[in-house]
Amino acid sequence: MIAMLNSIDAWLSQYLHEYLLFTIYSAVKALVILLPLFIVVAYYTYAERKVIGYMQIRKGPNRVGPKGLLQPFADMFKLMFKEIIVPTNSNRYLFFIAPVITFAPAMAAWAVIPFDDGLVFSNINAGLLYILAMTSVGVYGVIIAGWASNSKYALLGAMRSAAQIVAYEIAMGFALVGVLMVAGSLNLGDIVNKQAGGVGHWFFIPLLPLFFVYLISGVAETNRAPFDVAEGESEIVAGFHVEYSGMTFAVFFLAEYANMILIAMLCSLMFFGGWLSPVPGLIGDGIGWLFGKTAVFMLLFLWFRATFPRYRYDQIMRLGWKVLLPVTILWLVVEGVAVYFKVGPWFV
Amino acid sequence: MFAKIHYYLKSFLFLELLKGMSVTGRYFFRRKFTVQYPEQKTPISPRFRGLHALRRYANGEERCIACKLCEAVCPALAITIESEQRADGTRRTTRYDIDLFKCIYCGFCEEACPVDSIVETNIFEYHFENRGENIMTKEKLLEIGDQYEAQLAADRSADAPYR
Repeated sequence: MIAMLNSIDAWLSQYLHEYLLFTIYSAVKALVILLPLFIVVAYYTYAERKVIGYMQIRKGPNRVGPKGLLQPFADMFKLMFKEIIVPTNSNRYLFFIAPVITFAPAMAAWAVIPFDDGLVFSNINAGLLYILAMTSVGVYGVIIAGWASNSKYALLGAMRSAAQIVAYEIAMGFALVGVLMVAGSLNLGDIVNKQAGGVGHWFFIPLLPLFFVYLISGVAETNRAPFDVAEGESEIVAGFHVEYSGMTFAVFFLAEYANMILIAMLCSLMFFGGWLSPVPGLIGDGIGWLFGKTAVFMLLFLWFRATFPRYRYDQIMRLGWKVLLPVTILWLVVEGVAVYFKVGPWFV
Repeated sequence: MFAKIHYYLKSFLFLELLKGMSVTGRYFFRRKFTVQYPEQKTPISPRFRGLHALRRYANGEERCIACKLCEAVCPALAITIESEQRADGTRRTTRYDIDLFKCIYCGFCEEACPVDSIVETNIFEYHFENRGENIMTKEKLLEIGDQYEAQLAADRSADAPYR
């Protein structure tokens, strides 16, 4: 495989300029990451309907294709052929740019995710900062979508979601500060490699409170149940994307699910050792571990949605500011002391 | 004091959240109650109130005597009846229309009928494709009655002990 790729590279470099080749390679690599991501997103929506259905003792979609496996494609084609309706007096330019602003960062964040040792699109030093930056740009899309729609429901949904994401991003960022204090690096690959040596060395043990804070604020960041007041079907119909239909809606949808998968993958990278095997002597490391761990967290998202009722808005704010943030800061202090005195097997 | 510690322990250990998740987790493996509709169907009670029908006696004479009790009792004013004296001196309907868009399928017409003429069958899978098809005329009602007479009689006799 690698020999074949090398020969293709040698053949291409006879004809094409180095920079052009680099651009082409980057585009191909991006496609290799994004196309499977789209398929995972499509089947994640199917899994969501199936899992939630099973938890409500019904069967979920099972008509389109065997066991309903073609359902995501049916949904996709439906959305593609639907008319995109632009509301009167809405800002047309912003209305169409908003889904792009939500979607692009959700995809861009995948650039620094290491899938295996060295298997990363862009191995940059400040990977963690890059991810934090990318995930927080997404909220502008939500706000712009809410404002540009010229609808009071959309505006209310956008306001709620903006306040919620800002509140939880702080707790999330601080939880990640804990990770980089132990790892001593912002590079995601380095963070994973610091956890080498079996399940006892994974960061979720010394950073258990921060892991829960990260998971909870991750759910809140992606506007998922039980923090989905931004959508709030019962009171503000669908929140910021009420006025969106067809492909523009699908783009929002895609971004939300891509973000969920991203959060799940970050959880497994930063707290559960990424591609590292839990028992290194018995089974080798590999990309399969990362995907397995990510799948567990992805299932958790669905499980949460099937179980918990939606938070009231003031409860969300209380949880974010008055519970998660103090817990995180407290644990950072504890961790700081442990790091300073080099306590235990983790802080050496 | 202890109550406060208990409260903090309970919320920080996610005890109630885990309890909730264990419930949904258990239900995930339960037998599913979904009825796959067109292939599987739920059993239908003999009292089911579906599409209407007008019945006949065994000798072929239509039961309806145009007493208009059903028209009077109908809460949705869905029934319209016109009657005339027939050549043999009996009173019979010349028009018996039920507007299915108005009908609420309450079954009062069936209850009110002294001769068990207007009945509701257990047909619930029907549709209209053109305007005006929602009006069930006397001919259509009698036709349904003729077609499903066996089923109608069986349902009536099954329910008879409870009346």
